[in-house]
This record gives sequence, C-alpha cells and structure tokens, in this order.
Amino acid sequence: MNYVYVATLLFTIGAVGVLLRRNAVVVFMCIELMLNAANLAFVTFARINGNIDGMVVAFFVMVVAAAEVVVGLAIIVTIFRTRRSASVDDPNLLRL
Amino acid sequence: MTSTSLLLSEVEGGDQVVQAATGVFQLTWLLIALPLVGAAVLLAGGRRTNRWGPLLGVATVVGAFVLALVQLFAMLAEPATQRAFEQSLYTWAPFADFSVDVGFQLDPLSMSFVILVTLVGGLIHIYSLGYMAHDPDRRRFFGYLNLFVASMLLLVLASSYVMVYVGWEGVGLASYLLIGFWNAKPAYATAAKKAFVMNRVGDMGMSLAIMLMVATFGTTAFSGVFAGAPQASDGTVLALGLLLLLAATGKSAQMPLQAWLGDAMAGPTPVSALIHAATMVTAGVYLIVRSGPIFNLSDGARLAVVLVGVATMLFGAFIGTAKDDIKKALAASTMSQIGYMVIAAGLGPAGYAYAIFHLMTHGFFKANLFLGAGSVMHGMNDEVDMRRYGALRKAMPITFVTFAVSYLAIIGVPPFAGFFSKDSIIEAALADNVWIGIATIAAAAITAFYMTRVVVMTFFGEKRWADDAQPHESPKVMTVPLIVLGVFSAIAGLASGIGFIRWLTPTTGLAEVEPPVPPLVVSSVVLVALVMGVGLAVAMYGRRPVPEVAPVGSALTRAARVDFYQDAFNETLFMHPGQYLTRFLVFFDNRIVDGFVNGTAAAIGGSSSRMRRAQTGFVRSYAMWMLAGALLVLGALVLVRV
Repeated sequence: MNYVYVATLLFTIGAVGVLLRRNAVVVFMCIELMLNAANLAFVTFARINGNIDGMVVAFFVMVVAAAEVVVGLAIIVTIFRTRRSASVDDPNLLRL
Repeated sequence: MTSTSLLLSEVEGGDQVVQAATGVFQLTWLLIALPLVGAAVLLAGGRRTNRWGPLLGVATVVGAFVLALVQLFAMLAEPATQRAFEQSLYTWAPFADFSVDVGFQLDPLSMSFVILVTLVGGLIHIYSLGYMAHDPDRRRFFGYLNLFVASMLLLVLASSYVMVYVGWEGVGLASYLLIGFWNAKPAYATAAKKAFVMNRVGDMGMSLAIMLMVATFGTTAFSGVFAGAPQASDGTVLALGLLLLLAATGKSAQMPLQAWLGDAMAGPTPVSALIHAATMVTAGVYLIVRSGPIFNLSDGARLAVVLVGVATMLFGAFIGTAKDDIKKALAASTMSQIGYMVIAAGLGPAGYAYAIFHLMTHGFFKANLFLGAGSVMHGMNDEVDMRRYGALRKAMPITFVTFAVSYLAIIGVPPFAGFFSKDSIIEAALADNVWIGIATIAAAAITAFYMTRVVVMTFFGEKRWADDAQPHESPKVMTVPLIVLGVFSAIAGLASGIGFIRWLTPTTGLAEVEPPVPPLVVSSVVLVALVMGVGLAVAMYGRRPVPEVAPVGSALTRAARVDFYQDAFNETLFMHPGQYLTRFLVFFDNRIVDGFVNGTAAAIGGSSSRMRRAQTGFVRSYAMWMLAGALLVLGALVLVRV
C-alpha cells in the first residue's frame, strides 16, 4: 500500500511542477513524473489484485510516453529556435 | 318577391338536348384557337411582325366570325330543342374520382355571345387600324386585343366552370394589359391595377363557388352541376348563387365592385368599346344566365341579384348625369345598362332571355357610342371634356349620324334596338314587383337625360373648342365600322325581337309573365318618361349656353361627379385598414419575429464573447483547468461510491 502513497506523492510533485514551472523542459519532465506515478500505481494495483492487467497497461503507457517525448521535445526545440525562449508562457498565439 | 317563385312547370323551354358535336360543330375549338394564335404570333413575333401584325390580328377575328356564321346557320337548320352540342377535347386534370375536361358547349346562348364577340370585336379591330395608326406599339395592342377576344370566347364556350374560370382570368389579364396600355402615365397604370385588384375580389367568389361545386357535386361540368343542383341543400344552392353573384359583380362592374369601370377609361378608346360591349362586362351577365338552373332554385340568391342590379342601375344613371368626360359618361351608362341586364337575370326564367337580348343590343349601340366618342376624340386632339366640344355635327357628319342612331337606340326610342330590349325588361320587372319596375322606368328617364346631355354638349350648341382644335371626320377605316354598328343598333331590335327570344328559350327557359297593366300602357309610360328626360336635358344644355368650366353645382351633382365617393368609401373601408394591417404585420415581423431571432443570436454571441476571456493562451492555466476537471470527476466518483 505504501507504493500507492509514493505514486500519489510523485503525481502531486509532477502536477505542481507542471502548474508552477515556466521552463518547457522542466514542465516536460514533470509530465513524465506524473506518467511514471501513474505507472507505479498501475503496477501496484496489479500486484494487489493479483492479475497482470495493470502491468500490461504500464507497458502501453511507457510506449505512449516515449512517443510523446519525441514529439514534444521536437516542438520545444522548434519553438526555442524561432523564439529563443523555452518559456511555456510565451507562445500564446492561439488566444483569440 | 313571392311572385318570382315560379314553379318550373310554368316555364316553357329549358328542355334542350345536349348532344355530341358533329360536322362543323367540331370546329368550335378553332373559334378560340384563331385569335389565340394571332395573339401568340403578335406577342412572340417581335418587331418582325410590326408591318403585317395588326392585319393578322384583324384577320383572325374576322376568320372566327366567318366560322361562327357558318355554325350559326348550321345550328338554325337543326330542330329548336336539338341545338346544343358538347365536345370534349381531352382530359386536362384526371384524378381518381374527379377530372377536368377541356371541352366546349355550343348552344344558342353561347352562339349568341360568339356572334356578338366576333362581330363587334372584329369591327373594333378594324376601327383600331385607324385609331391606333400612329401608335408605335400597335402590334402589341392588337396582340392584347386578340388575347381578349380569345379569352372571352373560351369563357362563353366552356362546358365546365373550371374552363369558364380559365377564360374569366384571361379576360381579367387582357383587360389589365389593355387598360394600362399607355402605362407610361402612372395614373393609367394605377387604373389598370385597380381594375385587376377589384376583379380579383370577384374572382375569389368564382373560385370559392367552384370549390363548393367540387365538394358538393364532385364535378364542375355544367351538365353535372345542373343535374345535381336540385338534390343539394337550400343553403348550398344559396351559397353557390351568392358566390357566383360576387363573381359577376366583379367582372360586370356591379355594386359593390363597380369602382374600377370609370378608371378603366384610361385605356385607348377601342379598348373601352371592347370592354363595354363585347368582351368583359357582359361576362357577369353570361355567368348568371348560364347558371340559371342554380338561381332558379333559390329565391334568396335571385333577390340578391335583383337588388344588386337595381342599386347599380340607379347609381350608374346618376353618375352619368354629372360627368363631363365623354368616356366616363358612357362608362356610367354601361354600368347602368348592365344593371338592367342583371335585374332581368335576377328575375329568373321570366328575364334570362331578355337579359341576353338587351346585352346583344347594348353590345351594338354601346360599341358604336364608344367608337363614336373615339372618333370625336381623334378629331379633337384627344380632348375628352365635353365642355370643350359643341357644334361638331357639321365637322363630323358620319360620326354624328351613327352616334345619333345609337343614342336613339340606348334611350329606347321606337323602333330602334334599345326600345324592344329595355321595354321587355321593364315589363318583366313590373310583373315581378311594382317598385322594381318603377325603378327601371326612372332609370330609363335618367338614361334619356344623360345621353341627351352627351349628344347636345358634343354635337350641338356653339363651338367651345380649344384654340388649336381642327375637328375633321375620321378616315374610312374608322367610319365604316361606325356605320355597320349604327345599322345594327337601328335594326337589331326589329329583326330579332321575337325570333331571338324563341331562339334562346330552349337554353334559358322562358316564363310568360303578365305586367299589372297592359304592355301598351307600360310602353307609353316609358316613352313619356323618356320625353321628360330628353326635354329636361335639352332645356338645361341646349337652350342655355354650356359654360366651359363646370359650375360648382348642387351637393348631389358634386357627389355624382366623384362617383358618390365610391373611392373614398373603398379607401376608408378597405384600403386604409389594409394598409394599417400590412404596416402592423411589417412591424410585427421586424420587431417581434426578427427580434426573437436576432435576440437569440445576440445572446449567444454576447455570452460567448464573455466566455472567450477564459481562453487566456497560457498553457499552464489550461493545465490548471484540466487538473481541476479531473479532480472534480474524481471527487464525483468517490461521492457516488460512498
């Protein structure tokens, strides 16, 4: 059960990081933290319940996270190239 | 009105046998097709037909007249009760248990109309060759005239009410086009519109009557409707009669739909002649007489017809006494004379044949009067004010003589045509109800007065011409039709007096009625009345000089001059409330309906522009919202669990 508390703690750290940090790379790392917290919770619950469903999902989450990192980092690098800034507050072009 | 409740057994005639058309009677469609093709060629042919177009227009109507003559003689060769021929060309609108056939019925009644329409119409066409010689648009004019004649022929030849309606609307359209022929003048265009709108009111009666027939009898063919009418309820028959009367009042310019006729003088004079003599105002009388089997069954409907006729007869006669415009005086006279016919038609079998007889004679002399007036205007630079005429009998001898013959005919001097036809109506009216009879005699006196006034002011007295007027006789192409019509006005009464009524009897039926006093006394009283009318007019306008500017006159004169405020009446009662209604509807549409729609759009637009502020563009605030949403869902799940 302690693993669940660890996962909750990790998720909270990640969420707070996403909300409070401006640097896009750090925000990204925080998102990864949240995903891994979720993974930890999945695995823990799988273990508690004695089936492998949660573990299977954890693998899927890892694959999705890897793909997301590729795309996300590419976007961050492109934005940094054009704007010389990695702050998530600067790109607000989609606002009406 | 109790005396008109004739048992049908007292009526002789009305027993004709309708048989399938054979031989020359199968060519009835050609009567209509000829002028219709003429109209199509002239109106679609464009400028190419300018040179020979008017002649083609004349030729089609004359051709139709020749064919009609052939049919007339063929019909006369048949036995009296076997002169009705029916022909169905094809089925126009087939439905499961109701169908409309394009078919024609040729019997003595429609034959009389065909002869009148093609003969008078043909003469008016010929006259128009001269009258419209200088008009740049005369091809279009002849096209419309042909359309007019074709529509009227369809109206009188149709064998079902739906087909009558087609001709009815065609006549309305053609009259609209012709009254507004010189539509560059806004007043003329308005007059055309007025005629059209007032006719629509009557047409509504016709269409409602047709719907009622379909609902009641399941057919609109004359044969089916007349066969079914005796079995229909009293209320249905009364409603049919009143609706048909409404239709007739529209076309025949009877009260309360009479107001368009005076303004219809805006059209060229041959058009007035055509409308008044042959093709338009007679349609209402035709409709009533044709629908005789319906009116025979309802005393109430016949009473309404008679009352409308009496009111219009007196109304038109009084207006006629006050008009200075020669065409408007003649128009008022038409209204009054049609009133006579409507009275006769309302008397039932006692009057149908006389109504048609008066219609025929009136067709001849009224066409002649109008064409004569046109001839006078032609020579006087289109002046219509009789106060600027005077002493024209020397300048226009042929016009004067023909006009005078028709004048004697219309006021009913024996032995001219009007005497026979009008006298018969007066006798029938007297036999029905003394007061109606007296009204017709009074109207005869007034007719004598206003027609004498027209003749005296136009052809006698001293010259009151405009300075540049050089009156001259019209060309032969105009005077020859005048002479022909003059001859008919003189002899039509004599030649067809007895024979004509007998010829119509199988179709319309005839009830012999005895006036309360011998016919000779009636005729004498009528003659005395006319002499008084003529004498008064001569004393007022012949002995004394006619002022060039109309004197103020008595209140009655002033009222008659403006048609007894008929326009003011219609405007107050119908036009202004109508305008207020449309204004209210526009307001309702703009403010209430549009307001609701626009308000909804504005509310959505306004609230969304407020909600737009939530879209800050900061990624972190979106993340915040997402987190809040996720927590909310999570909280809800937990709550539901617990």
